[in-house]
Amino acid sequence: MAEIVIEGLGKVYLDGTRAVDDLSLEVQDGEFLVLVGPSGCGKTTALRMLAGLESVTEGTIRIGDRVVDDVPARDRDVAMVFQSYALYPHLNVYENIAFGLRLRKVPKAEIDRLVREVAEVLRLEEHLTRKPGNLSGGQRQRVAMGRAIVREPRAFLMDEPLSNLDAKLRVQVRAQIARIQRDLGVTTVYVTHDQTEAMTLGDRVAVMKRGVLQQVGPPQELYDRPDNLFVAAFVGSPGMNLMCVELTEDDGRFRVHIGDQTLDLPDALLHRRPALRAHANRKVIVGIRPEDMEDTGIVGAAEGATLTSVADLVEAMGSDVLVHFPLDASPVVTEDTRELARDAGADETLPAVDHGVVCVGRFSPRTHVFEGQTITVAVDTDRIHFFDPATGIAIDHS
Amino acid sequence: MTTPAKKSPSVVEVSVTGAPRRGTAARLVGALGSGALRLLLITVALLWMVPLMGLLLVSLRSGADNTNSGWWTVLLKPTELTLANYQGLVQDGVVLRSFLNTVYISVPSTVLVVGIGAMAAYALVWLDFPGRDWIMVAVVGLLVLPVQAALIPISRLYGALGVFGSITGAILFHVAFGLPFAVFLLRDFFVGIPRDLLEAARMDGAREWRIFRKVVLPVSRPALASLAVFQFLWVWNDMLVALVLTSPDSAPLTVALRSDLRQFGTNVDVLASGALLSMLVPLLVFFVFQRHFVQGAFATSPR
Repeated sequence: MAEIVIEGLGKVYLDGTRAVDDLSLEVQDGEFLVLVGPSGCGKTTALRMLAGLESVTEGTIRIGDRVVDDVPARDRDVAMVFQSYALYPHLNVYENIAFGLRLRKVPKAEIDRLVREVAEVLRLEEHLTRKPGNLSGGQRQRVAMGRAIVREPRAFLMDEPLSNLDAKLRVQVRAQIARIQRDLGVTTVYVTHDQTEAMTLGDRVAVMKRGVLQQVGPPQELYDRPDNLFVAAFVGSPGMNLMCVELTEDDGRFRVHIGDQTLDLPDALLHRRPALRAHANRKVIVGIRPEDMEDTGIVGAAEGATLTSVADLVEAMGSDVLVHFPLDASPVVTEDTRELARDAGADETLPAVDHGVVCVGRFSPRTHVFEGQTITVAVDTDRIHFFDPATGIAIDHS
Repeated sequence: MTTPAKKSPSVVEVSVTGAPRRGTAARLVGALGSGALRLLLITVALLWMVPLMGLLLVSLRSGADNTNSGWWTVLLKPTELTLANYQGLVQDGVVLRSFLNTVYISVPSTVLVVGIGAMAAYALVWLDFPGRDWIMVAVVGLLVLPVQAALIPISRLYGALGVFGSITGAILFHVAFGLPFAVFLLRDFFVGIPRDLLEAARMDGAREWRIFRKVVLPVSRPALASLAVFQFLWVWNDMLVALVLTSPDSAPLTVALRSDLRQFGTNVDVLASGALLSMLVPLLVFFVFQRHFVQGAFATSPR
């Protein structure tokens, strides 16, 4: 077990492509760090450099008290779980798990003890003699985990280990990975493009975009105080409602104008975001989380904290109801939002209305809103996020 | 309108669970069609077997019988059958020695080609070194080099090296000419092995040699088996190379049989039994390795 320190890590491929740019991270001993970002953001490359499978172009990596930049993968004493599991197809489960131990010349009796111990933890006992080809997806995933665990490495590296499982199994295995990591207390770096996985698993989450680290912090911090538009849009599902609006000041009262509707900003918010004052009477990007909006039929709302629209689509999720409604504001279309939409594989998420923005509110299941109904939405104005439209950087969330 | 709409799901279910329904006439035509096809195939197979059967029967008749009548007469007169030719074959020192020569040439030629070819292909696929792709281009280029064109220069080279007429010389030639195809075939197969698999072994602590031995070779068993069979059959059946490069002492069975033909002219009975003897081993090899093809094909599905 060891801490991992990455300083100024960079990767440039032979063809000149820059995959990772000046990445600096510190992973505490026993910490679970999740690297997350859309595909092609360099997270896997960074992980492979940690593993020693990819050479380091710039910067240094330290695992424990040893700089490992030039140490081959086999001597780094870290274990990796691959997206494809990469189980040896010609070996049975027992031999798959024992492979690394045999290479390390561990005595036979010891190997047997360790393999059976791990098999018990992962409930693989009755599958030990089977070949990977005869296992289900979940079982293969567990064998891959077993192969990593059995060596008691200084760190686990996991490259999207859940992406080949179906949705239900993914939730189960996710919990299992979290439990195992907690019990073993092994430093873990986990790569995923799924922000839900990142939020649920990570002690801390590092969001990357096009090779550059955007923000790193505990999941809730990323969610509540995103540093920039990209993190704001990436974290959370459904995503933050973003729109470009006018911020006005009138006799010390700050308002945002969404079409001909206005939201009054509370003093507490301005107090937390003093820099907002400098943006008065200019365009800003506001972000409102779906759960910060509620049906006024459920909660009361102060004046200047409501928006009126027509429910376009109502999705009952059971635990809550997602209500889509259009607002008369300009959509936020930046390179970031386009990239995120591309990554989600959804060109059709483009605004469903000719102009304006379709917002999603997460209403209480007790709501009676139906499609086509005119609704009044209460907005928790204290929790609105603000971003500079020029830079995409959050306006002061200290 | 509503009734058919309600019925349609059950119709869909039937077509999903079973084969599509066909009328009696259609089934009759189908059965006739497949029957005729089967008949045709059996006929072709029998025709194909006739020369082989002739060879077998000739080898089981005495030389005099073979001179006097065709091999098919034995089908009516089974008393003509005799194992005398095979007895003669076993007692014939030249045949035995040349048979062993064939083994001495074929086995090392096969083992070396598969072994070296696999290592070369591994390097060409998984190791990064300058000029790698050009080497591959050269290997592909060598594929089209005809054996015949090399016989004379190689003979002269062997003369200078002092291996002309030896078994070693024959082995070296077969290895050299077997390798381009071996590398080509195995490289193609290795490229299909997921990179993750090798990287997993690397993370587990394996060096290149271990990865090669413990992961790549076992996973590639079907490719290695088919290559081995091809190479073995090619060397075993070779006459041209052996004819040029071996001496009477080191000549394989093919060459020895040919020289028998020249000496005795019509001794077709001896030749037939010799030819069958030389066919026996490749058949055995094929059936032994066939098991590996099948096993390998099932064991290596990577996911």
